[in-house]
Amino acid sequence: MNVHLAELALEPLTAVLIIPAVAAVLLVLLPGYWISARLNVLAALSTFISALFLLFERPPPGTYLFVDDLNVVFIVLSTFVGFTTSVFSASYIAHELEISRLTPRYLRFYHAMYQTLMFAMNLGLLANNIGLMWVAIELATLTTVLMVGIYRTHEALEAAWKYFILGSVGIALALFGTILVYMAARPVIGEGQDAMVWTALIQKAAGLSPDLLNVAFVFLMLGYGTKVGLAPLHAWLPDAHAEGPTPISAVLSGLLLNVALYALLRFKMLLSANPAALAPGPLMVTMGLLSLIFAGFMLYRRRDIKRLFAYSSIEHMGLITFAFGMGGALANFGGLLHMTMHSLTKSAIFFAVGHIAQAKGTQKIAEIRGLTESHPVLGWGLVLGVIAIAGLPPLGIFMSEFLIVSSTFAREPLLAIPLVFGLLIAFGALMLRLNEVAFGEATGSVAPVKASYLPMFAHLMLVLAAGIFLPGPLVAWFQGVARLLG
Amino acid sequence: MNGQALDIAHLLAGSMVLVSFLLLYQDRMFGLLNVFALQAVILSASVAWQAYIQQAPHLYVPAAIALVLKGLIIPLALHRIVIRLGIHRTIETVVGIGPTMLFGMGLVALSMVVMLKAAAAADPLAREDLAFALSVVLLGLLMMVTRRNAVSQIVGFMSLENGLILAATGAKGMPLVVEISVAVSVLVAFIVIGVFLFRIRERFDSVDLQALDEFRGERR
Repeated sequence: MNVHLAELALEPLTAVLIIPAVAAVLLVLLPGYWISARLNVLAALSTFISALFLLFERPPPGTYLFVDDLNVVFIVLSTFVGFTTSVFSASYIAHELEISRLTPRYLRFYHAMYQTLMFAMNLGLLANNIGLMWVAIELATLTTVLMVGIYRTHEALEAAWKYFILGSVGIALALFGTILVYMAARPVIGEGQDAMVWTALIQKAAGLSPDLLNVAFVFLMLGYGTKVGLAPLHAWLPDAHAEGPTPISAVLSGLLLNVALYALLRFKMLLSANPAALAPGPLMVTMGLLSLIFAGFMLYRRRDIKRLFAYSSIEHMGLITFAFGMGGALANFGGLLHMTMHSLTKSAIFFAVGHIAQAKGTQKIAEIRGLTESHPVLGWGLVLGVIAIAGLPPLGIFMSEFLIVSSTFAREPLLAIPLVFGLLIAFGALMLRLNEVAFGEATGSVAPVKASYLPMFAHLMLVLAAGIFLPGPLVAWFQGVARLLG
Repeated sequence: MNGQALDIAHLLAGSMVLVSFLLLYQDRMFGLLNVFALQAVILSASVAWQAYIQQAPHLYVPAAIALVLKGLIIPLALHRIVIRLGIHRTIETVVGIGPTMLFGMGLVALSMVVMLKAAAAADPLAREDLAFALSVVLLGLLMMVTRRNAVSQIVGFMSLENGLILAATGAKGMPLVVEISVAVSVLVAFIVIGVFLFRIRERFDSVDLQALDEFRGERR
């Protein structure tokens, strides 16, 4: 039995799930900051390494878990950002303990929840069963709700409540959609487990009842779309980002939104494979464009720095959804690249913002001035991050946005106008705020802060490298996935 | 499977829709909780009936969960919370009862039209059950939108979930059904605990969510 378990733990596929699960249990039991923060980093690192093995070794699809070209991109990205965020989290949490915003009891809870979240996200990404995928995303939602409310302030409670209610309604609608997909599959595939296995569904997709699939997709779009943060279902997102601990904001923006988007993509593939079903593209394009433009305007009125970047996440998720909705090799490639770049950049920005808010003791934009003078490393890190997220060359996001915009111009010039308009609006807002925050005379505390810069710069360097040169194998890989997405 | 078995299944599912309407116009907290308990009991009967006609004994598990947890424990717990918080007077609604009921009828009509057409390929039992289930889901959603009070929002959400369980058990041979309903129940229990934990009243001196709105981060 023990030998068997050990073998399972050595399989990369199961290791990606077992390591965070075991770490979560250990972290509940272990007291003390020093050991739990390090264990958290160690677990996240070993999960990332196991995920890397998945790139080379592909087990055959099972009834519950499987790996293909699409989800391996998500899983590697997810575990990598999970690892760097755990490094950032260690120094962030140390400061929170120092100023006793967090008590040791909540600390234990926080670390256990962090690993539970990693487990849930990996399970959602690897699930070959649409029911299991739903359960995993629900688990991820619940753990993040608990983490958002961890500070127990008025604002944190309000944010957690709102996230909880909206997130649960979204996830409930997604379950209804999942049930409908099963209903559509049952006459074709047969009763029971098989009719929920994704690889079986996609094989028989052409035979499924198109009417049921259409209704199902509307529910899935609304349900998982809430979790992606698409307007007008985004209301939970800014509050949840602003009031929780910053590592959680980084994970929310960088990873959890992607997981929900991944679920949506899977169902989009299912609909595309059925010629009689409604084309899922236009729905995604509309919601994506709406989110992009709406968030672009909302960026101007932000007074809280974490909220500012939360709205920027809505904007970028809108853009990614738009790209996948457009479909086709080039737009899908752009969407995948943009998703990767956004995850890396946005989490880097949150790493910077987390330390900045700690150094200045506030999240209000009006009270943060002259960062490049008072905290040069953090300040310039933030400048670089915002330049990247605003889409300036030569960074990676410029390239992906360029791809998306140019493919839109080639195919639907009329859609390209609002798209470019939205991007410019957001660009203006970000530059305006960046100028206020980063330059000018320094206000507030100028005391140095104990920060870990490594995760932030590692991310930004990757984004820069991707903007300058994308290695051939990576391009080929993304192209393959883009074809898979149809 | 004979016609009578179907009739009973439809009767039970239809009663759930009816009870959802009852929930919509309750203006007393205790009345709301009692009607919610009634809905859970009907849900339990409906799931048990499905277990019987589908010959799927594992469905008795969600039936029992619905009866014990949602029919008994949660209403009682909410009852106690309501008394302790002293909010057993009228419930503040955002929209008047008349328009809400009319809107609710529109939603039921919508779900009938959509589901009866879309699910024509599935077997009749599942088709009608799905239409009823979608009605319950939409009515639950409507209730969450029209109520401001945290406790009545939770009741709305749990009634929405009753609709989901109805749909899941109506789908013949649905795997994971037990697991899903357990997960959903955990979620529900979690909300109830949430009311305690969040101690909204303690913090805000009110469970009226309008008070919560004023603490929106940016109005500091």
